[in-house]
Amino acid sequence: MAEEVKLFGTWGSPFSRRVEIALELKGVPFEYIEENVSDHKLKSPLLLKYNPIHKKVPVLLHNGKPILESLIILEYIDETWKQNPILPQDPHERALARFWAKFIDDKVNPPVWRALLGSGDEREKAMEEVKEGLETLERVLNGKKFFGGETIGMLDIAANFIAFWLRVVQEFSGLEFLTPDKCPALTKWCDEFVSCDVVKEHLPPREKLIAFTKNWLSGNGWTD
Amino acid sequence: MDEVKLFGFWASPFSQRVIWALKLKGVNYEYIEEDIPNNKSNLLLHYNPVHKKVPVLVHGGKAIVESSVILEYIDEVWPQNPLLPNDPYERSVVRFWAKFIDEKTRPMWEFLDKFGEEQEKAISKNFEILKTIEENIGLEEKKFFGGDKIGVADLIFGWVIDILVAQEEVVGVKFIKADTFPRLHAWMKNFGEEPTIKNNVPDHNIIVDYLKKRRQSFRISAHP
Repeated sequence: MAEEVKLFGTWGSPFSRRVEIALELKGVPFEYIEENVSDHKLKSPLLLKYNPIHKKVPVLLHNGKPILESLIILEYIDETWKQNPILPQDPHERALARFWAKFIDDKVNPPVWRALLGSGDEREKAMEEVKEGLETLERVLNGKKFFGGETIGMLDIAANFIAFWLRVVQEFSGLEFLTPDKCPALTKWCDEFVSCDVVKEHLPPREKLIAFTKNWLSGNGWTD
Repeated sequence: MDEVKLFGFWASPFSQRVIWALKLKGVNYEYIEEDIPNNKSNLLLHYNPVHKKVPVLVHGGKAIVESSVILEYIDEVWPQNPLLPNDPYERSVVRFWAKFIDEKTRPMWEFLDKFGEEQEKAISKNFEILKTIEENIGLEEKKFFGGDKIGVADLIFGWVIDILVAQEEVVGVKFIKADTFPRLHAWMKNFGEEPTIKNNVPDHNIIVDYLKKRRQSFRISAHP
């Protein structure tokens, strides 16, 4: 039976890219629809139909049914296509993966943007939060090659933001979130992660992301 | 049989969800009441060094933290009376609502801690949040958020039957009425009448008393 898998996403979003990586890892063919996220009026009627509450990407459509929220989509993908599991088998390990994925989205991602947008004390505070978060994750990695062990798992995929977006922001802004002296294993992890076959096709073009972010910072809105 | 312990706080909605889940599954556990916020035990800080919060479930010496992560863990380890559907798509829908309710209803506490115009705004916001849930969660077709049995999304919204009701009494406002929110109103009745839930809520007057004191302390700090 031919399964219809569609992904509504956007090139610059780490959340969107997570889903691409998971589908690639599982060898699931899908149709990709690029959404214009800068302007609500330009979002496709289909996206608004499938995600009326948040009106956001990514949305995974499987045989006509929409699945929303990147981490929820990852769980769905793992439950639907059993090859190359991305979550561990053991319930406690699974709980840890879920906890740390949430930690990245709640405690690491937002202060990166706050640091970039803010200045003075606000910037300092945000930077401290990011650094603390990264140092915590360094301990979580605990000398492993990937959070998932020998191969990437859900937590590695969820940490895509750190491996790419955070480092891009760091390079063009000069804000030193992640340093090899404080986080040697995590720094190495970043390089390993972005070199993975299933990951490297699913990262935004670096220069395009920098230009886009700079444009956004100068108050021109999140436009393409 | 591995030992189960729960570190909680009697007035915490997050703690309460976990108690309900364990009770619904008939899991025996030792409960440790934490003196929140000022006198957290060393054990709690040991098991949850990152967030230092309740609830914390400790199973066979391993800690699981964050109520939504704990609920998924409980459902996986003790599969009787499942809190999530079997079907991956249905699971993703329940997870979406669980996350939505968890995140969107957190600020609903603000109306208790604010005064004057700020309080009015907070009350207004609460009505909006409830409206979104009422209109989108599909309760017209089912008894509970997950179907005909209580599931994670119900447990996460469950604080409205005891804590919100007590908050309403302290402030003098009523949110979920039969004529304005018929579906949520019916849900509250169904959820509140389930014996396991009914038998595991703190005494209404004790909550009211606690919340009055809390509001008073906010009043003092707002108007020194």
